[in-house]
Amino acid sequence: MNASGKPLLEVRGLTKGFPGVRALDGVDFTVRSGEIHALMGENGAGKSTLIKVLTGVYERDSGDALLDGLSIHPRSPREAEECGISTVYQEVNLVPHLSVAENICLGRQPTRFGAILWGAIADRARRALARLDLKLDVSRQLSSCSIAIQQMVALARALDVSARLLILDEPTSSLDEREVAELFKVMRKLRDEGMGIVFVTHFMDQVYSVSDRITVLRNGQLVGEFPTAELPRLQLIARMIGKDIKEVEALSQHHPDAESIRESEPFLQVKNFGRKGSIAPIDLSIHAGEVVGLAGLLGSGRTEVARLIFGVDRADSGEMKIGGETVSVHSPRAAMKHRIAFTTEDRKAEGIIPNLSIRENIVLALQASRGPWRKLSRAKQDELADRFIKALAIKTPGPEQLIKNLSGGNQQKVLLGRWLATEPRLLILDEPTRGIDVGAKAEIEKLIASLRKDGLAILFISSELEEVVRDSQRVVILRDRKKVGELSGAQITEDAIMHTIAAPTAESASALS
Amino acid sequence: MSLAGNLVFWAVYAAILFATRRQRIFWPLVALALLLLFNQLFTPGFFDLDVRDGHLYGARIDILHRGAAVMMLALGMTLVIATGGVDLSVGAIMAIAGAVMAQIAVAHGQSAPVAITGALAVALLAGAWNGLLVAGFGIQPIVATLILMVAGRGIAQLVSEGQIINFTEPALVFMGNGHFLGLPFTLTLVLILLAGFCALTRGTALGLFIESVGDNDTASRYSGVNARLVKFLAYLLTGLCAGIAGLVAASNIKGADANHAGLYFELDAILAVVVGGTALTGGRFYLVGSMVGALLIQTLTTTMYARNISADIAPVPKALVIIGVCLLQSEKARRTFARFLPKRRIPA
Amino acid sequence: MNRVNPKYIPIAATALVLLALYVVGCVAFPNFSSLRVLVNLFGDNAFLGIAAVGATFVILAGGIDLSVGSVIAFTSILVAALIGHGTGPAVAIPIALTVGLLFGAAMGCLIHFFDLPPFLVTLGGMFLMRGMSFVVSPESMAIRHAFYSRTLRDLVIQLAPRVSIPFTAICFIVVVLIGTYVSVWTRFGRSVYALGSSENSARLMGVPIGSTKIGIYGLAGFFSALGGCVATFYMQSGNPASFVGLELDAIAAVVIGGTLLTGGVGFIPGTMIGVLILGIIQTLITFQGNLNTWWTRIAVGFLLLVFILLQKAIGRHGLR
Repeated sequence: MNASGKPLLEVRGLTKGFPGVRALDGVDFTVRSGEIHALMGENGAGKSTLIKVLTGVYERDSGDALLDGLSIHPRSPREAEECGISTVYQEVNLVPHLSVAENICLGRQPTRFGAILWGAIADRARRALARLDLKLDVSRQLSSCSIAIQQMVALARALDVSARLLILDEPTSSLDEREVAELFKVMRKLRDEGMGIVFVTHFMDQVYSVSDRITVLRNGQLVGEFPTAELPRLQLIARMIGKDIKEVEALSQHHPDAESIRESEPFLQVKNFGRKGSIAPIDLSIHAGEVVGLAGLLGSGRTEVARLIFGVDRADSGEMKIGGETVSVHSPRAAMKHRIAFTTEDRKAEGIIPNLSIRENIVLALQASRGPWRKLSRAKQDELADRFIKALAIKTPGPEQLIKNLSGGNQQKVLLGRWLATEPRLLILDEPTRGIDVGAKAEIEKLIASLRKDGLAILFISSELEEVVRDSQRVVILRDRKKVGELSGAQITEDAIMHTIAAPTAESASALS
Repeated sequence: MSLAGNLVFWAVYAAILFATRRQRIFWPLVALALLLLFNQLFTPGFFDLDVRDGHLYGARIDILHRGAAVMMLALGMTLVIATGGVDLSVGAIMAIAGAVMAQIAVAHGQSAPVAITGALAVALLAGAWNGLLVAGFGIQPIVATLILMVAGRGIAQLVSEGQIINFTEPALVFMGNGHFLGLPFTLTLVLILLAGFCALTRGTALGLFIESVGDNDTASRYSGVNARLVKFLAYLLTGLCAGIAGLVAASNIKGADANHAGLYFELDAILAVVVGGTALTGGRFYLVGSMVGALLIQTLTTTMYARNISADIAPVPKALVIIGVCLLQSEKARRTFARFLPKRRIPA
Repeated sequence: MNRVNPKYIPIAATALVLLALYVVGCVAFPNFSSLRVLVNLFGDNAFLGIAAVGATFVILAGGIDLSVGSVIAFTSILVAALIGHGTGPAVAIPIALTVGLLFGAAMGCLIHFFDLPPFLVTLGGMFLMRGMSFVVSPESMAIRHAFYSRTLRDLVIQLAPRVSIPFTAICFIVVVLIGTYVSVWTRFGRSVYALGSSENSARLMGVPIGSTKIGIYGLAGFFSALGGCVATFYMQSGNPASFVGLELDAIAAVVIGGTLLTGGVGFIPGTMIGVLILGIIQTLITFQGNLNTWWTRIAVGFLLLVFILLQKAIGRHGLR
């Protein structure tokens, strides 16, 4: 390993804003030749914005980027490639209907007199793949290859230009352990050839097995740069979620009001419940009047659990019981019949109906459960809208305001209102406090507590450990799409959760080394 | 009489404009007003109204009468477009419905109600077919309805055995030529359909579901809306509208012409909907807006006719309307043009 | 491994359908197998085929072009009018082709720069061109020029004593060859496939989106215009009211030819086969004599349905 190589990429004071958000705020970032540099951070940390600025998808507002000491200013992915920065994106961004060879050379096919030289393309593709120790029929259609192979093809494409800096944006999210090990072998080889590699991932084990250095971002700002060997896992997690480790350890043991509710039958119980490629089989139960927290880093499988329970995805193993009876929930509509409600993480894509009013957004789920013909009267709709605007303190000039004109926190409250109007017995909240201001966060947490007291069962998903600790009677901890622990009552502390998340599993550690 | 009558007309129109000044329908109404005003000033005889045999005649009545078929189509098309789809087959369904009605009435000698019921049943079947392809098989709406657009006219000719079937049955002729309360009966039909559609979409929650599915399909499904059923119903209703429009078109000429009935009407209907304020991407829909859109198109055609411009050239202004409306609705176009305009604060 | 690339299934199915129809024709009708029938199949459908090649590019890129029929009608009457006013075909035809190219490119610009839906823009284009055809001339115009009456008759390839390949068929075949070349051996052609498969991926892979999109519609306009010129060769006249609804036949031929309507998959030769299938259905019905022409439309609609469902099934199981 050659972690003390000369700086290859130097980013100084990079700032990039979007309307209403400052996605990057004066970030410094240095990558040296011959190192694998992990870029870490939770959602909204600014990782993807930083990468998109480097690859020319976004234009930066201010700051400088130097590659080998020369200032660069790519305005498109193509210009970035010409500078020597190549990228492999999280979703395989290739053309599935074209051949492997063509995907490697698209946009830069060798031509003679304007005619594409298909033979040369195949040769070039074979050479690029050989560099990754991969033998593959390059005339195969890309979509007939496994995701892992497609990822390798994307890598080969990135290497086909004389790249000096390679950016891998969550390349492993859909690979199995053996495939990840293959990828790491290639990454190490490229590093030893002197390439600088930026590696974005949310898998802890992978960071520690392959990276030389770690840069942590949080809320668009640089937290720090550390040699991997000198940053214990716990420290890394603490920095990612914005806690001082001493502060974490000093935190008094937390005791939520943990009345014993265990003797009654759980409202919802799942056993061995899972879906291939999404979440490993999991056991979970939630009682009426209980908040169960789902903790874990981004990508650990929290949302996947919620989607299975709500019937958005179908489980391919295990069973689900509601009130002791085995049920099959194959669609959100079926879940709603069992009085389950689900506020999604992605408010914009999966929650709000942007061009409809607050009133219409609130009555939608209740109306849907009644079907189209039994329409709620306008008076009833107005009453519902007024009730929830008041009860949830939604700040709006009136119920006829379009929901898209509200702030994130108020949109979230409207969505909560939509589900509370259906009088659910289980409420699944996926990151209900994401991207909303502090005051609104506190109100939503207060609401969770009061709903619990009213006898609702609540499954609460949040990246903010504080909230999970504060609001949950029980916490289920996920890592790498598996359940890795469960804490209850007095055991629930941020420290305990972080230790559970950080503990490396023996099998994964050996598989990756 | 004509001056006073015209003054009353414009006073009522101005009142309507004022009452709708904050609504989506305002701009289509303004466009229609400008076109009418042009005719008031420059087209002699355009604003004349005659009373013959107790029936009203005149260019404005003619617009209502001739625009009826597209207005009917636009009602169903509005719902389909609001769900984020489109139905290209309505013209073909018109031809089928006309042919079925004429064939039942003439070749099989059945009574008018039987002929009408049979034709509408076939039209509903056609709508259900489109709905099945779109909502059931998940085929893109343009592609799915293209099938019936291509095959439909052939089916209509098959039904009518390639002939134009003429009929004289009074009830059938009445639909497209009769008068009711001094006005063309087609207008009554349009108003009944419009009232029915308003009741169906606003009196039930169907309208809410259609708008929510068109605006955000995923979020609607996650909120428990049966998006497939909603889409299916939209195509089914469009089939019904196309069927009625087909009967009117056939009745108009007292015959079923499988080759020409409803030709290109699907495009006029789509245009009417878009002009009326419903976005082609789906979401909020405006049934009355679509009616105004259809009237605008018909007024454009009648204007050219009244000014002795060949009807063949009528597509040119129509094309300009399409591109203009597209540009008005395009976020990117508005931003581009905003750069050339003096800066003005736009309220959020 | 005995693995058939799923993208070849539709085109293989198309070829089989053509072959089956041809065999049926030969078995049922004694004269069907004659060379002349085959030659006419190409000659009579040349203008449709040429326009369909252009439409294939548009559909490959995930777009749609509804202006095909109107552009053909416009160019046919434009050429007829220009020649009628004393311009030679050597000037009139290039003018018509340029108009088609620029018109298509203009629609492409609207689609690209303002993010307008191709469906509406080309619908506008269709209305505009249909209206402009009547502006050029409200009536059909015959073309009287030595090039049309004599030269064209000599520009044929003699196959047998009384069978020759007409110039229109030659144009068709040449256009198919050019289209195939562009789609397979140029960067532009490959960009079309990438764009239709995934615009986002194409952008990230450095494909020039804007120039490709505008180029595609320009190319389609050009081929439609060429189709219009070839139509004048065939009809010896121009007619502003002709070719109504031809865009549907073009789209149907493209889809039956194995091109995915959602874009990204397809072959220009497939479109040629699709056009020939439409033609052979018509020929069969003509030979049969008792069947009426409306069966053509129903058969085409049925084939469309079959191929769309086939594509859907492949999309679900074969790809991805």
